[in-house]
Amino acid sequence: MATALAATKHLVMADLKGKVDPDWCPGCGDFGVLAAVQKALVELQVPNHEVVTISGIGCSSNFPGYINTYGMHTLHGRALAVATGVKLANHDLTVVVTGGDGDGFGIGGNHFVHTMRRNVDLLYIVMDNQIYGLTTGQTSPTSRVGMKTKSMPFGNIEAPVNPISLALAAGATFIARGFSGEQKHLTELIKQGIQHKGFSFLDVFSPCVTYNHDNTYQWFRPRVKKLEDDSAYDPANWVAAMEKSLLWGEEIPIGKFFERTDVPTLHGAEPVLNAGPLVHNAAPIPPEVSRAFIEELM
Amino acid sequence: MKQTFAIGIGGAAGQGVATPGDIFAKIFSRRGLHLNAYNAYQSIIRGGHTFLTIRTGPEKVTNMGDRIDLLIPLNQDAMNRHLGLLTEGAACIYNADTIKPGTAADGVQLCPLPVSKLADITRNKVAQNTLAVGAGLSMMGIGFQALEEVLAEQFKKKGEAVVAENVAIARAGYDYATSNFKPFGWPLPMTENRYAVLSGNTAMAMGGAAAGVKFYCAYPMSPSTGVLHWMAAHARKAGIMVRQVEDEIGVVNMAIGAAHAGVRAMCATSGGGFALMSEGLGMSAMMETPVVVIDCQRAGPSTGVPTKTEQGDLWQMLGAAFGDYPRVIAAPLDIGDCFKIIPEIFNLADRFQCPGIVLCDLLLSEGRLSVDPKDLDFNTVIDRGELVTSANGAPSGDGTNGAYKRYRITESGISPRAIPGVPGHIHTAATDEHDEDGVLISDEFTNPIKRRAMMEKRMRKVVGIEAAVPPPELWGPGPRDADVTLIGWGSTKGVIEEACEILSEQGISANQLQIRWLVPLHGEAILDILKDARHTIIVENNYSGQFARYLRSETSYVPSGCIRKYDGEPFMPHHIVEAVKEQLGGKTKLSVPAHEIMV
Repeated sequence: MATALAATKHLVMADLKGKVDPDWCPGCGDFGVLAAVQKALVELQVPNHEVVTISGIGCSSNFPGYINTYGMHTLHGRALAVATGVKLANHDLTVVVTGGDGDGFGIGGNHFVHTMRRNVDLLYIVMDNQIYGLTTGQTSPTSRVGMKTKSMPFGNIEAPVNPISLALAAGATFIARGFSGEQKHLTELIKQGIQHKGFSFLDVFSPCVTYNHDNTYQWFRPRVKKLEDDSAYDPANWVAAMEKSLLWGEEIPIGKFFERTDVPTLHGAEPVLNAGPLVHNAAPIPPEVSRAFIEELM
Repeated sequence: MKQTFAIGIGGAAGQGVATPGDIFAKIFSRRGLHLNAYNAYQSIIRGGHTFLTIRTGPEKVTNMGDRIDLLIPLNQDAMNRHLGLLTEGAACIYNADTIKPGTAADGVQLCPLPVSKLADITRNKVAQNTLAVGAGLSMMGIGFQALEEVLAEQFKKKGEAVVAENVAIARAGYDYATSNFKPFGWPLPMTENRYAVLSGNTAMAMGGAAAGVKFYCAYPMSPSTGVLHWMAAHARKAGIMVRQVEDEIGVVNMAIGAAHAGVRAMCATSGGGFALMSEGLGMSAMMETPVVVIDCQRAGPSTGVPTKTEQGDLWQMLGAAFGDYPRVIAAPLDIGDCFKIIPEIFNLADRFQCPGIVLCDLLLSEGRLSVDPKDLDFNTVIDRGELVTSANGAPSGDGTNGAYKRYRITESGISPRAIPGVPGHIHTAATDEHDEDGVLISDEFTNPIKRRAMMEKRMRKVVGIEAAVPPPELWGPGPRDADVTLIGWGSTKGVIEEACEILSEQGISANQLQIRWLVPLHGEAILDILKDARHTIIVENNYSGQFARYLRSETSYVPSGCIRKYDGEPFMPHHIVEAVKEQLGGKTKLSVPAHEIMV
């Protein structure tokens, strides 16, 4: 639905600056994710009125307020459900969902799994800091075993979720991991995720400088290894991706784990949308159709 | 009194109670007769006991009534449960091979069918049902041809041989009854009218289609699932996107997402699912994105009795989600109204950018009623309110880039709503409190002055909503100062109406105040009506008198008495009539009628 106005306008970084500046703590990993999303949109030249950024609740979920696109700052854990509704009502829109690990893998875990299996065409970026920040430092679904937080002061005894393995099992069709400290690489993954037709999941290590003293920039930097640097790695190979997803410790892979393009998107699979986005179809039900509906009851 | 005729068919789930019911319903409606059907059933797929009541007559039939004229028990259990409730003039048709009748009242005709002699039961397992339908129609004075036509339609897909076999069995039952049983004293008449027969769920789904709903999603939950089934079956023809979602939290959020992107979105559930949706309703209110949620009430609390009716969710609706926000709550009065109310509530939700709740119940959702097809009018008024779409949203005035304020403070409280995709209107909608331009005033920029202004902006919509909804009116055979004024809400309209008629015939003048809009309530108008009333009784299907408490909280009004029922079954007219007499006689102020039918 590109308009004349949009067609003539070249999108620059300044166009994507939000009404207010982020209130994240200085050094927060989320700054890097915000900048990378803005860069990706500029590089792809997606008109900003055709982008909807949708989040749940948490530090990182304040994201839509800091970028000049249409935005929805929804309920804790519900961003993917809301985003599915937005995409199905107007599949011409570019939908980017942003949030944290608690929002997505904890309270929103149910929607996470089902949105992946439905292959809803959107990019889901999780700013994964392995901690609850906005509530001042509690254990999250990705906190490591033994990690001490205010809610588990004697150390976490629960195994963390592995978001990449989970996404592979649930049927996501684009699965990647980025690091907020690797800007160019992250921007590239965001671009690919937006361009992928289907559900794109991007788990981003986005360190919390205030509450997580275990998973810091310094901790991640020597460990992250780009999958793209391994020429033998084939992201079309689901089994290989699953094996890679299990790596954690001295070496942690980042990059594109998996992509397949042979699965129809949810909106592409529904013939009701063949005539175009629902939102542009304001025509009432033709009289012969409504008559037939009533005739069935006679 | 209205002339009606009621058939009761009882048996185990899976024994084929529905098919004879459908056949009778089709024959009656095609004869130009009205009908009302209510199926008392259990949460079981095979076995148990289910009892279908179909009541018909030339005038509107608003409820299941008090009397069964023809009982068809399909097993011994159904015979044992229901025969004793038949009174003079009624008849009972049963399979003499397998069922023993008990003692019937004087004047009740027992009609045993020698099923194995009349049909080959090794070939046709539901032969007893078909024989009974044939026999019943003969006794009602309806020509066999009507049945032949319906059977031909019913079994068309199974081939001519099956049609012929069933017609032959029905014929055998018909002829056997003609020679052996006494016809009913009142042969069923015929009129020129033709009616559609539908459930409240079908009516609400069709009402949604008529309202221009483009997005419907749900999680299956009795008794609301019928809405999903109609939507799913008709989605492609109606151009509606229908999704089954992982849970009701997902349902309401998905619907709000679709609504936010600019389409009318609807979902339906029952009390338990609604509880999961309530945080989402608050989001609809805070983001000012309209959504319509249907709650088909069933007996609670918790999982409760999934297949039984109740009006027990009113306070859940009134208090759904935390904080104060404008909402609209409507309770359809009958199955025809289930259709009409959907476009009406969408127009309000769209105009006032707030959630709309339809408070239905199992009685209407799963009951069936004959409706004049003219009343299922798809050519309905659609008012989307102040919606800025790509078609009309050229940037101008305060629509210029950066200057558009999604939550602009206005006198009406309504701010023009731009949908994503429209150039020049970029904004963020948030569940956090926000300023006129959508910027959060919940974190860094908290500000008591702005918070107050935004609360007042949203709440000002309440005034407009009240003006847009008509106040309730008094109805009934009695004058304003009748002996008794019965007050009800939603689905009890029909049964209270009939109770008023019966009371008036018995010399007690009665009228009715039936509430359709729960929010806004129009308390002043209600007080004005009730100031002339001599004796007021609130009738409702719940334990604590939820409406009575609500009316009191809004108006300080206290009725003379209450009639309540919370056994899972709907009111029958005599329950109300007897309770009114009891209360007018000064015996009690609270009547809880017992349901005599064991279903």
